[in-house]
Amino acid sequence: MISYNFDYKVASSMEEAFSMLAEAGDDASFIAGGHSVVPAMKLRLSEPSTLIDISKVPGMSDISQDGDTVTIGGLVTHAEVASSDVVNNACPGLAECAGVIGDPQVRNKGTMGGNVAHADPGSDYPGALVAFGATICLASASGSREVSAEDYFTGLFETAKEDDEMVTAVKVPASSASAYAKFPNPASRYAVVGVGVSLNMNGGSCESASVGVTGAADHAYRASGSESALAGSDLGDDALDAAASAAADGQDMMSDLAASADYRAHLCGVMLKRAVAAAKARA
Amino acid sequence: MGKLVGQPIKRVEDNRFIKGEGKYTDDFNMPNQTFAVYVRSPHAHAKINSVDTSAAEAMDGVVKVFTGQDIADAGLAGSICGWQVDFKNGDTMKEPPHPIMVADKVRHVGDPVAMVIAEDKYTARDAAELVNVDYDVLGAIVDPKAAVEDGAAQVHDDVPNNTIYDWELGDSAATDAAFENAHHVTSLSYHNQKLVPNAIEPRAALAHYDANEDKYTLYSTSQNPHLARLVIGAFVLAIPEHKLRVISPDVGGGFGSKIFVYNDECGCLWASKQIGRPVKWTADRSEAFITDCHGRDHVTDAQMAFDADGNITGLRTKTYASMGAYLSNFSTCVPTYLHGTLMQGLYTTPAVHVDVTAVVTNTVPVDAYRGAGRPEATYSIERLMDTAAREMGMDPTELRRKNFIPAFDGVEQPGYQTQVALQYDSGDYETNMDKALQVADYESLKATRDKAKSEGRLVGIGFSTFIEACGIAPSAVVGSLGARVGLYDAASIRVHPTGKVTIHSGAHAHGQGHETTFAQVVADAFGIGMDDVNVIHGDTENVPFGMGTYGSRSLAVCGSAIMKSVDKVKEKGARIAAHKLECSPDDLEFANGAWTVKGTDKSVGFGDVALTAYVPHDYPADEEPGLDFASFYDPANFVYPFGTHICVVEVDKDTGEVDVTKYVAVDDCGNVINPMIVDGQVHGGVAQGIGQALYEGAVYDDDGQLLNGSMLDYTMPRADNFPMFETDKTETPCPHNPLGVKGIGEAGTIASTPAVVNAVMDALSDYGVKDLQMPLTPERVWSAMNSNGNA
Amino acid sequence: MGYTLKVNVNGKAQEDDVNPRVLLVDYIREKLGLTGTHVGCDTSSCGACTVHVDGKAVKSCTMFAVQADGADITTIEGMCQNGELHPLQAGFKEEHGLQCGFCTPGMIMACADLLENNSNPSEDEIRHGLEGNFCRCTGYHNIVKAVQHAAENG
Repeated sequence: MISYNFDYKVASSMEEAFSMLAEAGDDASFIAGGHSVVPAMKLRLSEPSTLIDISKVPGMSDISQDGDTVTIGGLVTHAEVASSDVVNNACPGLAECAGVIGDPQVRNKGTMGGNVAHADPGSDYPGALVAFGATICLASASGSREVSAEDYFTGLFETAKEDDEMVTAVKVPASSASAYAKFPNPASRYAVVGVGVSLNMNGGSCESASVGVTGAADHAYRASGSESALAGSDLGDDALDAAASAAADGQDMMSDLAASADYRAHLCGVMLKRAVAAAKARA
Repeated sequence: MGKLVGQPIKRVEDNRFIKGEGKYTDDFNMPNQTFAVYVRSPHAHAKINSVDTSAAEAMDGVVKVFTGQDIADAGLAGSICGWQVDFKNGDTMKEPPHPIMVADKVRHVGDPVAMVIAEDKYTARDAAELVNVDYDVLGAIVDPKAAVEDGAAQVHDDVPNNTIYDWELGDSAATDAAFENAHHVTSLSYHNQKLVPNAIEPRAALAHYDANEDKYTLYSTSQNPHLARLVIGAFVLAIPEHKLRVISPDVGGGFGSKIFVYNDECGCLWASKQIGRPVKWTADRSEAFITDCHGRDHVTDAQMAFDADGNITGLRTKTYASMGAYLSNFSTCVPTYLHGTLMQGLYTTPAVHVDVTAVVTNTVPVDAYRGAGRPEATYSIERLMDTAAREMGMDPTELRRKNFIPAFDGVEQPGYQTQVALQYDSGDYETNMDKALQVADYESLKATRDKAKSEGRLVGIGFSTFIEACGIAPSAVVGSLGARVGLYDAASIRVHPTGKVTIHSGAHAHGQGHETTFAQVVADAFGIGMDDVNVIHGDTENVPFGMGTYGSRSLAVCGSAIMKSVDKVKEKGARIAAHKLECSPDDLEFANGAWTVKGTDKSVGFGDVALTAYVPHDYPADEEPGLDFASFYDPANFVYPFGTHICVVEVDKDTGEVDVTKYVAVDDCGNVINPMIVDGQVHGGVAQGIGQALYEGAVYDDDGQLLNGSMLDYTMPRADNFPMFETDKTETPCPHNPLGVKGIGEAGTIASTPAVVNAVMDALSDYGVKDLQMPLTPERVWSAMNSNGNA
Repeated sequence: MGYTLKVNVNGKAQEDDVNPRVLLVDYIREKLGLTGTHVGCDTSSCGACTVHVDGKAVKSCTMFAVQADGADITTIEGMCQNGELHPLQAGFKEEHGLQCGFCTPGMIMACADLLENNSNPSEDEIRHGLEGNFCRCTGYHNIVKAVQHAAENG
């Protein structure tokens, strides 16, 4: 498999990246780890005229914590998130999610920024980021802005990111009672359904819950019906059943070789229960 | 058992593979070589109106573009079918042409219409996109059973109702009578789904025509270089044998898919002569999915009749077998002589009838894939057995025990004649099953299953007691059944002056470890060391005319040819030794690497005899110098390995996922030369069979598009899909070949698929689920559990 | 369109002018002639092309060579040190962890990264650690044993 020809430029700073992008025009694309960009180019499903390699841009390769907020740079790999002490302590559900993306080689190369920018409907991170109330940090030549994950993922490979913007970082609130449960596509290892859950527990009672679902619909969504069912409950069977049965409410389930819409909806509930159980155990 | 034979000797060939120093076809390059890319049909069935190559040819770096019309103009036939199976009424099998590239209409997604040759592969790929083909898309037929119906799309104009042949075996009247008188009948209907072989190395070719010598050389990913030379030379390109050399270097897995002589490689050879430069072509995986021959694709109704005591009284099956769009080399024998003839299994079934209709469809051609016909037969029989046991309230092992053919060794007791043509060589099926029950601790397994079920968990146990016919094959027998080739093998042994030995093998290793096992056999035979023996294979100019490796035949057939050459070396060596020892050859015995005068300590070593043979100063008067013999071996019969596989699964109630928690395989492949390699073959075979049961299957839509034509969509089994496999063996020697060996390459695949499905059905028994379509995906299992068994 | 690529491959400095669309695996195989790294798929699935880039296992079919500029690359050919087999190479031979050998280089490179991160993995960790590599011959049984062998003898 061979991609079309393209020009390749290496940006040494964010400013340079944006000026290269402006110069190269509409068909240019940033590349970091390349694990979204390269496969599509090899299959000739995408044809950027210029690739601007941002992997050497400083300032986007770190994981840091400031109070209750963990910031993960856009160039941080999935493997780094999965093995990060900071992430494992502050938001174990996100580390769990990073650790089940693709396979080990993919996790060594794929980045947070690339993943979030690409917004594959079967991608794992979006489910977790939506669930954990993350904020996507975007920058362009004209400035920077932040968008909540819930507002960021808008459709099939569609996001709130403008073409001239770059995902520079993701900010994730600390959530010790968090988890991510996934039913992988048996062939591709993308998520058929992935559910992130964050619980706010008070003793044995769940004061509030946040649930994000990926893989099921054309983009990650918050399962508000499930959240309501869990909130104020003791996470007993009745509450879990109610939350599970609401996990696909109002969503248009995808249907493909791996799962029909009905089965996907069912899996949303099963994965929700598993994520709740894991999150509760961490509370 | 010798010093080396029977031992788990580490593999010789690993030394290069573990260092990345194996040499596969794509690793070879030639000076001045060009690169080819095929332009393939995106449609399953379409008329070609025109092919415009002008833009491609105008691109810098493009050397030449050929089309199907060029092939037609050259009068080339394309690859052939190697086995003629005629209609029941005697009419000749339909045999539509299969051109190297098509000019008139495409018949499956992937059918080649043009070939772009360029200075580099990048240019070839870019230019291929510029070849503009104008198609009229036609309706497609995918389903094998629907293919024969009036009104179905016609794949070939001269194949009415898409029917290649219809065929039967066994006594129809006696079988029908058995069913009329049956106490109980068990019935199943299923699609033994189409599988994609997916050897990890894609097919490749490096073809070169040397005008000075008027000679062709083809490096190719072939399991059988001589067969490739025969078919290409005699049928496809009309090249005399001495002007065509086929080299199969290291080959990265075959599983049947690299037996066949594909048009793609032939096209490279032909093009090489046209342009006067070497042509290299390497398939990418997407291309492999739509060009490598697929396997299975049988739609079958199967029934088994029993008397009141649980004795099998009859078996009948009706199968529609897809050949895909064209007849690949051995496609026609797979559903007949490799399938129907196995339908008695290892039971005393007194009446068997098998009916097969072979059809063409608008899908990738189908041919032998690991097991080839025997997995389909075993699936029918063994699924019926476990299902019948459940229906009749019997333990599945007791039902089998009641129906096993009694033990016979093929020496003291004659071979066992089945109702479906085969005569089994030797077998002891009950002992083998008992060994498996002991290894698995069946009583404890049952207790564990029942306890789990009482706790609401879904645990199941499945069996498969199988027999297969391999060591393919006695030439006269297969010839009388329609084979157009002989299926002997050949090997030579060259003893060098220093007593070192080179084996030239007609069999080709692509994972089987011949460089080790063949050396073990010969080293022991001559009383020398492993390091003293070298094995050469895979080059028609360097090895004798053997038929290659498939059908679990290498040791049983080529190994026997090796033993014939060993005997010739020993006979001549004895005459030379007798001369040196001044005695008669009859006075000598050979042991521990030396000929010794019986009852004395006078002896001469193997190395001394070898040196004498090449420095014949003091030498028998009538003896030729040298110690170098070639032999051909044509087997007297197939060989018949058998075994018992036991699978334990747990089904996830919430998701329907099936977890194989325990797998026991007790195989009997006769005498074992290298138990480490035998176990390895079983592991891989079992994994491939589990793959069919749980994960794999080509999915086509009604338009003939392959919906899962990549490894992102077609589920390849991974390491975390399997437990550690527990293997053991019984050894019932083959009575008719010199090593007493059977075959083991396919056994695991043949056995495991029904064992897994039987285990899942056992796990789901409380849900009233009797059968499910493979692969048993989580969704299928979950749906069955949630629809009262009516999925 | 050429791009000057400087990499260090198996300890040897390389400098080549490459077209940006050349994949790392093609650069390794075709430019450097290191044919131990194989291509088995086109979808980043099979892992036959696994090499180490700056010490991490990556799929060299999912990376343009230019992306590796400045990197240290190790291929299967670089795993022997001073003529001594790497423990994984020895393990694969000892435990019959290969048959046709085609997936083996990528397997060994992936397993080396696995053991780098976890020197004493459980069977389950090994099996999950091999999610990115396909083998069609062995059923993975002896590959698991090969990794265990290497972990014990590494």
